[in-house]
Amino acid sequence: MLVLVSAYTRADGDVVVSRMASARLLLSRSCCTAAKTVTGHGQRSLSVSSAVLARTHVSYEVKDNVAVVRINDPNSKVNTLSKQMQAEMKEVMNEIWGNSAVKSAVLISRKPGCFIAGADINMIQACNTAEEVTSLSQEGQKMFDQIEKSPIPIVAAINGSCLGGGLEFAIACQYRLATKSKKTILGTPEVMLGLLPGAGGTQRLPKMVGLPTAFDMMLTGRNIRADKAKKMGLVHQLVDPLGPGLKSPEERTIEYLEEVAVDFAKGLAGKKVPMEKKKGLVQKVQDFIMGLPPVRKQIYKTVHSKVMKQSQGLYPAPLKIIECVQTGIEKGNAAGYQTESQSFGKLAMTSESRALIGLYHGQVACKKNHFGHPERDVKKLAILGAGLMGAGVAQVTVDKGVSTILKDTTQEGLARGQQQVYKGLNDKTKKKSLTTFERDGIMSLLSGQLDYRGFENVDMVIEAVFEDLSIKHKVLKEVEAVIPPHCVFATNTSALPIKDIAAASRRPEKVIGMHYFSPVDKMQLLEIITTDKTSKDTTASAVAVGLKQGKVIIVVGDGPGFYTTRCLAPMLAEAIRALQEGVGPKKLDSLTTGFGFPVGAATLADEVGIDVAAHVAEDLGKAFGTRFGGGNIEVLKMMVQKGFKGRKSGKGCYVYGAKSKEKTVNSGAEEILKSFKLTAPPAVSGDEDIQYRLMSRFVNEAVMCLQEGILPDPVQGDIGAVFGLGFPPCLGGPFRFVDSYGADKLVQKMKRFEEVYGNHFTPCQLLIDHAKNSSKRFHK
Amino acid sequence: MASMLLTSLRSSPLTSVQTAQFAARSLSTSVHLQAQVKSKKTLAKPGMKNIVLVDGVRTPFLLSGTTYADLMPHDLARAALQGLLNRTGIPKEAVDYIVYGEVIQEVKTSNVAREAALGAGFSDKTPAHTVTMACISSNQAMTTGVGMIAAGQCDTVVAGGVEFMSDVPIRHSRKMRKTMLSLNKAKTLGARLSLLGSIRLAHLAPELPAVAEFSTAETMGHSADRLAAAFGVTRLEQDEFALRSHMLAKKAQDSGLLSDVISFKVPGKDIVSKDNGIRPSSMEQLAKLKPAFIKPHGTVTAANSSFLTDGASAVLIMSEEKALAMGYKPKAYLRDFVYVSQDPKDQLLLGPTYSTPKVLERSGLTLNDIDVFEFHEAFAGQIMANLKAMDSDWFAQTYMGRKSKVGVPPMEKFNTWGGSLSLGHPFGATGCRLVTTVAHRLLKEGGQYGLVAACAAGGQGHAMVIEAYPQ
Repeated sequence: MLVLVSAYTRADGDVVVSRMASARLLLSRSCCTAAKTVTGHGQRSLSVSSAVLARTHVSYEVKDNVAVVRINDPNSKVNTLSKQMQAEMKEVMNEIWGNSAVKSAVLISRKPGCFIAGADINMIQACNTAEEVTSLSQEGQKMFDQIEKSPIPIVAAINGSCLGGGLEFAIACQYRLATKSKKTILGTPEVMLGLLPGAGGTQRLPKMVGLPTAFDMMLTGRNIRADKAKKMGLVHQLVDPLGPGLKSPEERTIEYLEEVAVDFAKGLAGKKVPMEKKKGLVQKVQDFIMGLPPVRKQIYKTVHSKVMKQSQGLYPAPLKIIECVQTGIEKGNAAGYQTESQSFGKLAMTSESRALIGLYHGQVACKKNHFGHPERDVKKLAILGAGLMGAGVAQVTVDKGVSTILKDTTQEGLARGQQQVYKGLNDKTKKKSLTTFERDGIMSLLSGQLDYRGFENVDMVIEAVFEDLSIKHKVLKEVEAVIPPHCVFATNTSALPIKDIAAASRRPEKVIGMHYFSPVDKMQLLEIITTDKTSKDTTASAVAVGLKQGKVIIVVGDGPGFYTTRCLAPMLAEAIRALQEGVGPKKLDSLTTGFGFPVGAATLADEVGIDVAAHVAEDLGKAFGTRFGGGNIEVLKMMVQKGFKGRKSGKGCYVYGAKSKEKTVNSGAEEILKSFKLTAPPAVSGDEDIQYRLMSRFVNEAVMCLQEGILPDPVQGDIGAVFGLGFPPCLGGPFRFVDSYGADKLVQKMKRFEEVYGNHFTPCQLLIDHAKNSSKRFHK
Repeated sequence: MASMLLTSLRSSPLTSVQTAQFAARSLSTSVHLQAQVKSKKTLAKPGMKNIVLVDGVRTPFLLSGTTYADLMPHDLARAALQGLLNRTGIPKEAVDYIVYGEVIQEVKTSNVAREAALGAGFSDKTPAHTVTMACISSNQAMTTGVGMIAAGQCDTVVAGGVEFMSDVPIRHSRKMRKTMLSLNKAKTLGARLSLLGSIRLAHLAPELPAVAEFSTAETMGHSADRLAAAFGVTRLEQDEFALRSHMLAKKAQDSGLLSDVISFKVPGKDIVSKDNGIRPSSMEQLAKLKPAFIKPHGTVTAANSSFLTDGASAVLIMSEEKALAMGYKPKAYLRDFVYVSQDPKDQLLLGPTYSTPKVLERSGLTLNDIDVFEFHEAFAGQIMANLKAMDSDWFAQTYMGRKSKVGVPPMEKFNTWGGSLSLGHPFGATGCRLVTTVAHRLLKEGGQYGLVAACAAGGQGHAMVIEAYPQ
């Protein structure tokens, strides 16, 4: 089983995480969602002119001297601050400010799950220069400045996502209410797109929630639930979501929110409700401390060094955020706003931002079922093998309300697996994202058993037994004897070709590969592998299950190592060679993380498991021949022999202490490496050379997968590499990397390595084609 | 002939209240005629025993922390049992079984039925058990008795309920309890000292019982406020209903209609013979109160909610045969009953909406047939929300799987002697009060059918049809 732990999932919850940002971005329901509307120029000017006649996005009515402004983008599931939305909003606000009968206002969305999900990404992407983006930012700043200085109090009534520009809008208002719904999330996810809050956010947030919290919000882009937002001082009051009444709960909750907001607006206008909260002692002390310039200086310094440490300086956005905040606080508003808008413009033009936005779009695309609706929904699922993988899959399945059988062959194995599921869910109750009662309800969907009882009713079986073809065949035959005809058989393997497994099946059209990544509840990727015989409905069914489990899905063709394992294997072979050549594990790790990988190559090998790596290297070596060579496979075998199987055995390249963070280089492994010592060829052994040796083998293999049709398109290749293998998010994936770095430059480098090491570095035909013709690009 | 008249009267559309009252009255007269001729021609079912309510009593319901403050729950239950004995004159040994309902249990008397029965001088040969089902605990006690009689296991059952909110079990924290239990088992001084040393200040914080759902951790008042909001019930409507409850209760008390209340000589204190929570005030005063649960914009206040109450109730239930053989004149038949349950989060208090149509269908009655409604008033907002739910086709279709709405009880037949909001609501004891009140109202007003409905924590509900005993 391929076990991949990438730091950005592990480190979930750290204070300042930027490279993790792009990963977490995918967790957020929708940040700056690209509006689905056609945003061509013709369309836009048309709608602007028609807006004069009839506004489509923003409407308002005056109730008891309170103007209720309702927003609703008729063309999208979410509201974004598109040009039209902004234009209509300006008009409406001017009318309201011009109406002396209006004493206060309420801003509310008519969409049940969304207040404003952010700025319109397409609007930013349509710009060609930094200046254009800067002027977009300035417009936003100006608009929210007017809102902030509004002569009448404005109450933002928030239900659903309030992110990015939406949050900046809300915090410019004088008062904020938020529903206590699970759908209500507040946050500034711009950093995940390589941007910053560009409409006053970097200036207003520190004043509202304090410097440390503001940095935390803006640098992690994390989603904040309503109750937390209240504690932080981001919203003034919470409103409870309602259940069934005389209307649907969603509809009535919005109505209720509006009623409560109107009451508050009246109270504010009549000075019966205080605008500012009384500050507690802690708050006063904190404000005092933050008022001391040396303290602030220390905070900037600490945050800066944390960002540098975690992002390796590869991500410009977090640094710009710190700069904007610092400028605003130390040099005043005008300078702050100017820095903000200019930095926003510059960031939008960076390759990092383009890469992250590309990943965002890719992730959206990989969260759809392109194979249609399956004939039957999977209502009952069975998992064979209660190991790390099997139990992980069980957890993400029951979590989504699907009744699941977890079958193992031994009582001990089953107990361990059930405990893993329980622990996974119980940890959520500790984080308060689940109540203990909900946890129990979810657990009740899991049936742990040692026999095939109930398999006659399952719609899909996912096997996660030991990676051995004969065992897989045995299991497949046993299962096919008990499952109903429509039941899909999915095999969770990281390297065995699916067609070989399916060879034992009576119904190969129902056999498919579902390659999960460990830990399953944290890793978002699911690689689905289809054979020539797999039916479309089987694929649709597997994708539907994966989507239900919350996965980002790539669907690839069958072959040794499929896509992800196949890309990783040559890179690991190269890493072993580098180790043999005397690059220590620590150095190797710092070279790879320095390139943007969340986990260093040596650590990665330990996490994957040295035995698994040896297994995979051997299998793929047989399949692909000398091209997959590099490091001596005997190194791995010897390490396994000595019990250095990686993190799971406590020793691998490193020795792992009782606490997970301690690790020192394993001297035993070093000795083995010494006995297999190779001389490092000086021409290709500089730091950068080693980085590119690792990188180019990965990228070349990815391109070859596309060339051979294993990969259907570059988008899925990028998503698979970033979400499954931790390919540097700032580079956007192997294909975007080739586009931005230049195929010709990469080929040149590879030729140089090829001279020394031979066919390990022979660029594939598709890469050469791209090198020859610079107009050829993987991404438009 | 009489039954034909009855049917035509019942099916004729009635336009005004006066007609309705007239109709009801004439209807009950005809019933009397009919009943005297053929007593089985009512809701009796072939092959089923007729089960009757001989009588019901209750202690005065008092605000918790007042005159009953120093008692224990079984003392109150004892008082109700003795009151029932006095009222009915039933020989103690004639009682086959005793069932009591209670919600928040005193741990020393977890089977409060047995302790109270022994204390009230019942035979130690009379078994007794305690049931719990939140606010419908004593309904459950009664229907348990009905079931035992129907099954032929006994003929005479005393059912009742008790709640004592002046004292509730406040526990040590789980960690403290664990330490104390380990301390019992520790053998050496060293082990004991090390356990004592492990006690932290935080372990000393006590655990208070809350009127909150275990499954959702939401307090009932909070849920009621959300329910009221979901059905668009305004603060004004709630205050009006609360005021109505107090006014009607006051009137009933003053006119001596609350004859189920017995006098109780509280040890060391005076004789108590009246409920003390009835406080008719004014809309202005009610409007002054701040919301008690959802602050600052909620609508449920202390004044439009039922208050924490101490009290106990008891009823004597018998098979009709046995009652007649012992020379009793029963007050009512206990007919069909149902229990329902739904989502404990968003529909926590909608029990009556679900249970009413179900029990009516079982009995073959319609809402129009009912002369007396007694609904448990947990919160004014809850009652108003239920009334709105029952009046909504959309709700009936979307959530109840019905073709059309349940319909709304006419207010002139609804809780006309006050309700839980004003009389008080000792959780475990309210059910018997509702049933006894229906019987008394049927007798007083001359109706034939009464309906009891109540909601309970856990998202459960109950309803029962009661038929007047031919007088």
